Amino acid sequence: MSTTNPLLDVSGLTKHFPIKGGFPIKRTVGAVQAVDGLDFQVAEGESLGLVGESGCGKSTTGRLITRLMEPTGGTISYRGQNITHASRRQLAPIRSEIQMIFQDPYASLNPRQTVGKIIAGPMEINDINPAGGREARVRELLEIVGLNPEHFNRFPHEFSGGQRQRIGVARALALNPKLIVADEPVSALDVSIQAQVVNLLQEVQKELGIAFVFIAHDLAIVRHFSQRVAVMYLGKIVEIADRDDLYGNPRHPYTRALLSAVPEATVDENATARERIRLTGDVPSPINPPSGCRFRTRCWKATEKCATEAPPLVQISGNKPGHLTACHYPETADVIPAQRLSQDPESAA
Amino acid sequence: MTPPTPSPAAPLEVTDESVEKSITSPDSKGSESRSPGRLAWRRFKRDRTGVISACIVIFFFVIAIAAPLIAKLYGKNPYTTYASARPELLDDFSYPAGANGGMSSEFWFGIEPQLGRDVFTFLLYGIRTSLGIALAATILTCVAGIIIGVTAGYLGGRTDYFVSRIIDIVLSFPSTLFFIAFMPVVYGLFVAPDDNVPTWLIAVSLIVVLSAFGWASIARLLRGQVLGLREREFVEAAKVTGASPMRIVFKELLPNLWTPIIIQATLMLPAYVTAEAGLAFLGVGITDPTPDWGVMIGRGAQFYSQDFTFMLFPGLSMVIFVLAFNLLGDSVRDALDPKSKR
Repeated sequence: MSTTNPLLDVSGLTKHFPIKGGFPIKRTVGAVQAVDGLDFQVAEGESLGLVGESGCGKSTTGRLITRLMEPTGGTISYRGQNITHASRRQLAPIRSEIQMIFQDPYASLNPRQTVGKIIAGPMEINDINPAGGREARVRELLEIVGLNPEHFNRFPHEFSGGQRQRIGVARALALNPKLIVADEPVSALDVSIQAQVVNLLQEVQKELGIAFVFIAHDLAIVRHFSQRVAVMYLGKIVEIADRDDLYGNPRHPYTRALLSAVPEATVDENATARERIRLTGDVPSPINPPSGCRFRTRCWKATEKCATEAPPLVQISGNKPGHLTACHYPETADVIPAQRLSQDPESAA
Repeated sequence: MTPPTPSPAAPLEVTDESVEKSITSPDSKGSESRSPGRLAWRRFKRDRTGVISACIVIFFFVIAIAAPLIAKLYGKNPYTTYASARPELLDDFSYPAGANGGMSSEFWFGIEPQLGRDVFTFLLYGIRTSLGIALAATILTCVAGIIIGVTAGYLGGRTDYFVSRIIDIVLSFPSTLFFIAFMPVVYGLFVAPDDNVPTWLIAVSLIVVLSAFGWASIARLLRGQVLGLREREFVEAAKVTGASPMRIVFKELLPNLWTPIIIQATLMLPAYVTAEAGLAFLGVGITDPTPDWGVMIGRGAQFYSQDFTFMLFPGLSMVIFVLAFNLLGDSVRDALDPKSKR
């Protein structure tokens, strides 16, 4: 597990979106349980990967941490300070420390502002005047993210997708944050550009010691980038562990199914065809999630117990400390051959 | 802090960049940037219809502004009844004695039947009054529409619901009928029934009443735009850095709204010119001694069968102006929004 004094401490985080219905008077008739009771910590300088399929609440979690959305329940503490329901004014001093990188580089930059203005904006808002002036700082940031500093007077439409995402990274770095929430920062980019941006983020993380919450659905990229990985399913964390532990020794059936779906890059005729776990059915609706374990409707091991009792996220026997799994019938602790999972963007590219 | 060493990705990105540069370099050198506004201006300059329309519109505004100066150089004014001092200007039936409505080197556009005022200065001052009222109404409409529309769109929820219902009601009003019925009531609020209604009051009431019915369409348009924009990620990015709602509206949203605002305004102004003239013609707008496009057309309608020239000048000038302004509005829209194809 993380250090005793984590940078970010999330416990029981819940977000339900109300569904309004009825005529003529609208009332709440139900709720989309997008995020339902998340517990995790992020240590200083650490990168936590958040993976899961579409609609499992990853992005919502990111927006809750940055307080773009109001949590329904649970607490979010940043350096011991509870920011769960803090107002804009109360958040002001923390705003510069938690930043966000967005998914769509075409929507996350204001088309009417120059790159210089976009990157200087956060400094302007927080009234930060770096030594040498804001323009010098903008040039420095552009250099850090690998763009030509002379381009600060250009507009976003003059850049390619990868370059725009670099601008987004520069904007996030402008305030010297301690934590960056990266919401699928590369999924909108070409595969060839993805590796560049991921490498840039990795360098930023290492050089500047910034903690990351890295949201992605690409397991290979998360494996490349994150020290710790949490797997989400339908608004809950089903397994959280150190990178090597999770990829080498997945205990939750869902994690195992996800990992088995990672395409193989090596063609080895001698190797036995690996078992590909095919999940049947669809992800249940988060409006009316299954009772007990949320994965039970698609799990090949589900029993009565899974329907009645929600498995807690705990360390199960045979796991290293910090490897938490929420399952009644975890997979056996065998180690998946390393070569199958030995792919990260670098070797793949 | 130390900048990290250039990533291994850098050389790859360089190729990316050089491609970008080779596209950009022919017409912009160095770090010169092409703002969306500058691109629109360049597109506009290529549109010949738009440029000609703009010249005509500018010409009308210039003569409206310079009307007193032109009148001084020309040596006449729109109020003097020249025929009372020189009865020979009108014939026995009070129509202009000369051919073509009395056009001569002295009275360029002829003289008015019956009263014998100078048509040229009357038209100049008429354009001045009409354009002034239409411009003021357009500005007021835009300001009201922007404030209400952006507020409703940005706040959403209950505010949006109520504002939208008010917009529905305003848009469903038969506004022309309402103007005719309501203008005397407005005057009655401020002036005793027997007194003459001062011209400034008529002008102000016209501006206010025209705006009161005009704001709804622009407010609805902007509300929709803001509803779309506020979910965009750049607004969230501003929120994450702690931007105040004021900053988000003025620095993030409004720059993206100028396009629809400008387009709406350029289509609104000619509509107001005709509306104002229509009201004057119907007798509920500006009234006779004050020069006005609509008043002039109204006067002209009384004797067009005998003296067509008097009707010709205000009618033709208004048609040219409104046509040019509408074409200008279309060109501005095409320039600002290249994706919309007519």
